[in-house]
Amino acid sequence: MSCHSCPYLNKNEINQKISKRIKIALAGNANVGKSVIFNHLTGLHQHIGNWPGKTVERAEGTLHFKGYTIDIVDLPGIYSLSTYSLEELVSRKYIAVERPDIVINVVDASVLERNLFFTLQLMELETPIIIALNQMDIAKSKGIQVDVSKLEELLGIPVVPTVAVKGLGIVKLLKKAIEIIEKGPREKPAEVRYGEEIEEKISLLTEALKEVQVVYPRRYVAIKLLEEDEEIERDIGRIAPQIVSTAKKLAGEIERLHGHGCSTVITSERYEAAGCIARAVQKLVPPIRPTMGERLHNFTTHKITGYLTLVSSLLLVFYSIFTFGDYASGLLSTLFYGLEPLFTSAFGTGMAGSIVWGGIMEGFIAGVTIVLPYIIPFYIILYFLENSGYLSRIAFLMDNVMHKMGLHGKAFIPIMLGFGCNVPACLGCRIMETQRERLLAAFVTTLVPCAATTVIILGLVGKFLGIQWALALYIFNLLVIFVLGRLAFKVVPGESTALIMEMHDYKWPHLKTIFKQTWFRVAEFIKIAFPLIIVGSLVLKLAEVSGVLESIAAVLSPVTVAWLGLPAITGITLIFGVLRKELSLVMLAALLASTGGLASLTDVQMVVFTLVAMFYIPCIATIAALWREFGWKKALFITVFEIVFAISLGGVALRLLTLVT
Amino acid sequence: MPRKSIEDYLKTVYELSQNGATVSTTDISRALKVAPASVTEMLKKLADKGYIEYSPYHGTTLTGNGRRIAEKMARKHRLLERFLHDVLKIDSQKVHKEACEMEHSLSDDAEESLCRLLKHPEQCPDDGKEIPPCDLMISSCEECMQLHSQGLEEVGKHNQNLVAATHLKEGQCGKISFIRGGHNMLQRLLDMGLTPGTKICVERVAPLGGPVELSVRNSKLVLGKGVASKVFVDVEKNS
Repeated sequence: MSCHSCPYLNKNEINQKISKRIKIALAGNANVGKSVIFNHLTGLHQHIGNWPGKTVERAEGTLHFKGYTIDIVDLPGIYSLSTYSLEELVSRKYIAVERPDIVINVVDASVLERNLFFTLQLMELETPIIIALNQMDIAKSKGIQVDVSKLEELLGIPVVPTVAVKGLGIVKLLKKAIEIIEKGPREKPAEVRYGEEIEEKISLLTEALKEVQVVYPRRYVAIKLLEEDEEIERDIGRIAPQIVSTAKKLAGEIERLHGHGCSTVITSERYEAAGCIARAVQKLVPPIRPTMGERLHNFTTHKITGYLTLVSSLLLVFYSIFTFGDYASGLLSTLFYGLEPLFTSAFGTGMAGSIVWGGIMEGFIAGVTIVLPYIIPFYIILYFLENSGYLSRIAFLMDNVMHKMGLHGKAFIPIMLGFGCNVPACLGCRIMETQRERLLAAFVTTLVPCAATTVIILGLVGKFLGIQWALALYIFNLLVIFVLGRLAFKVVPGESTALIMEMHDYKWPHLKTIFKQTWFRVAEFIKIAFPLIIVGSLVLKLAEVSGVLESIAAVLSPVTVAWLGLPAITGITLIFGVLRKELSLVMLAALLASTGGLASLTDVQMVVFTLVAMFYIPCIATIAALWREFGWKKALFITVFEIVFAISLGGVALRLLTLVT
Repeated sequence: MPRKSIEDYLKTVYELSQNGATVSTTDISRALKVAPASVTEMLKKLADKGYIEYSPYHGTTLTGNGRRIAEKMARKHRLLERFLHDVLKIDSQKVHKEACEMEHSLSDDAEESLCRLLKHPEQCPDDGKEIPPCDLMISSCEECMQLHSQGLEEVGKHNQNLVAATHLKEGQCGKISFIRGGHNMLQRLLDMGLTPGTKICVERVAPLGGPVELSVRNSKLVLGKGVASKVFVDVEKNS
């Protein structure tokens, strides 16, 4: 059909006001280059936090342009404005309530139909919009040509083609956005027209809504009521319950007419409109040979080569991070410990000196030697994998395995990260869709043996009992993860979400964006974790200096000595392990030095100590990460649970092992 | 061609091709204890009737229609096994043979009552095989119950020749007929463009019962197996 004028579209009016401070929101599907545009616009002037009361990330930034101070909010990447996820709810509320001066809708030119579906919903919010038609280069390589002026004409919205990764079109986009804010839109944006029978019901409801105060446009509310949108129904139900029941009745009529639910009919028609526009503006000349990206996709999702690639890339990631981390960590330690004489000369070797050095500085050093060498590369690699599209392939390949644990494929990534360091792993749990899945994934990752735990396993059991025992413990750990993961899945209430994910084409990620994303996440983490680490370290030092430690060891001895069969001294070392897990082993070696070192422990004691150290508590940095992501209650719960679990496990292991040997 | 033997053949092909693979004539002949030549002849007839796709040397796969009959038979057979074993206390070694005879005469109504009587069993007594759901469009008896108590929603229209998206082979296409699931999941799938009537093609199936990659509306989507098995499509004939 000739889509010269799509029957679904109809022109509408919009008013505009101007001030010297402008609010711009970036909205669009996931992985369309929104954050790249955000980074181009804001440079280093950004702030990453959470939406008030929500665990949805909120990225904000400011820039100065043409005498304006422009606040930019990067809304989460979403596919719709329904109430499926917190991200969608947050986004639509922001647009409706905070009324940004203009919304930049970033549209992926290579997946036009799906992206326009979102655009049409934005238009229903009756907010000023400008479209950044991004990834024009990828579209071109897929043989898609987009007629920009025709798209502008059909939508009645200005469209600026961009290639964000190369910085093309960004300035033009900004200029155009400001021009619209200053002069108002040149054209009236179009409006999605549904079928007659639906339009009739929409006007009935809009009429009924005239008397009601709502934040959303009335037509939008009417449509959402027909779609039985939970939030809108609740809001309207509070003021005008009769309208909700009318809407339900009308929706029922549509359902009888079409044989599908009303929201299905509306969504289908919206997609139909999006498809109609997409077909009208794009010319498809599929390349004869599969593109490089397609071949790479086939290779990396193949049942043999896919898994081979997965394993080898993971090994490579680990190898490079550990080699780098180890090297950098050592370097930084030497550097900081080189400052020790300076401190001793400044504060003396007495009480004060040892508190300043051993408390504050040691805590600081612990933080720095973990964060810089391990967390930074982890983040860089995580973002690289995510932005390039490989993460989706991993989720595709691992979904089946993770499903057995009640999680879906994406959870494999934080768990994999956990083997390096639990901290970025917990933070990485954000990639899961729902709060429940995030929590479950985070819980599982805190059980994963991180690099420091590996040091204990190898340094104690591996060294004295042989590598096969170390390996056995490692396997046992994985078993525990699996069992506890399943258990948690059963216990934590809520519906499990299945994997529903868009598979994007591979693309070369924008490195500058990756570095910036890393930088801001690390800075955010430092803000939370460093105070906690330093305070923790200070408290421990004070306890040590004041001689409380001895009595703590005595207090703990019913657990450590009677239940776990370990030397009383381990009570102290395990406490220090909270700071950095491997510290518990290092200190144990130091404290046992006079009585024959680690070798003086019996075989069973070594196994029990390692078992306890493996599970007994997430390290303080991980607790900080849990706190940041899930609030202190859940962080505390996980911590306490793991302490109880580890101690019970250790005691049982002791009794079983003594029985066997 | 007697109905009983059609049903037996389809059931055999169904059981031999549990993971969607093609079934060789030799395997069928061995399973049914029939000479290969007669099997070939029978397969050709079944292919003419549109129950299977048969090509010499490559083997046999079920069509949507054939699969429907076969699943029905398998279900009746396994329900009967449960009944004979659990209620009549017949030795589990003997139930298979008995059930083989009875399955052909069991009416659909009787089958449903049996399912209810046995409280929606999931596995057979003799080999632990899963009992196929009440009909092709419902993946477990539990779901069947839920559907009756209105706990589940559906989007789209039923039709006789439907298969779940998980039953499509790589490269096969079809039009979405209906989707079943909780309210949130349905909305999500609709938002991702899986509206009734939309054409989808299976691009790739992850190994070991993993997710499927679909192409839909010029883009690619990955659905976990659980979700994909609730998306029912009208298969395109020549794909």
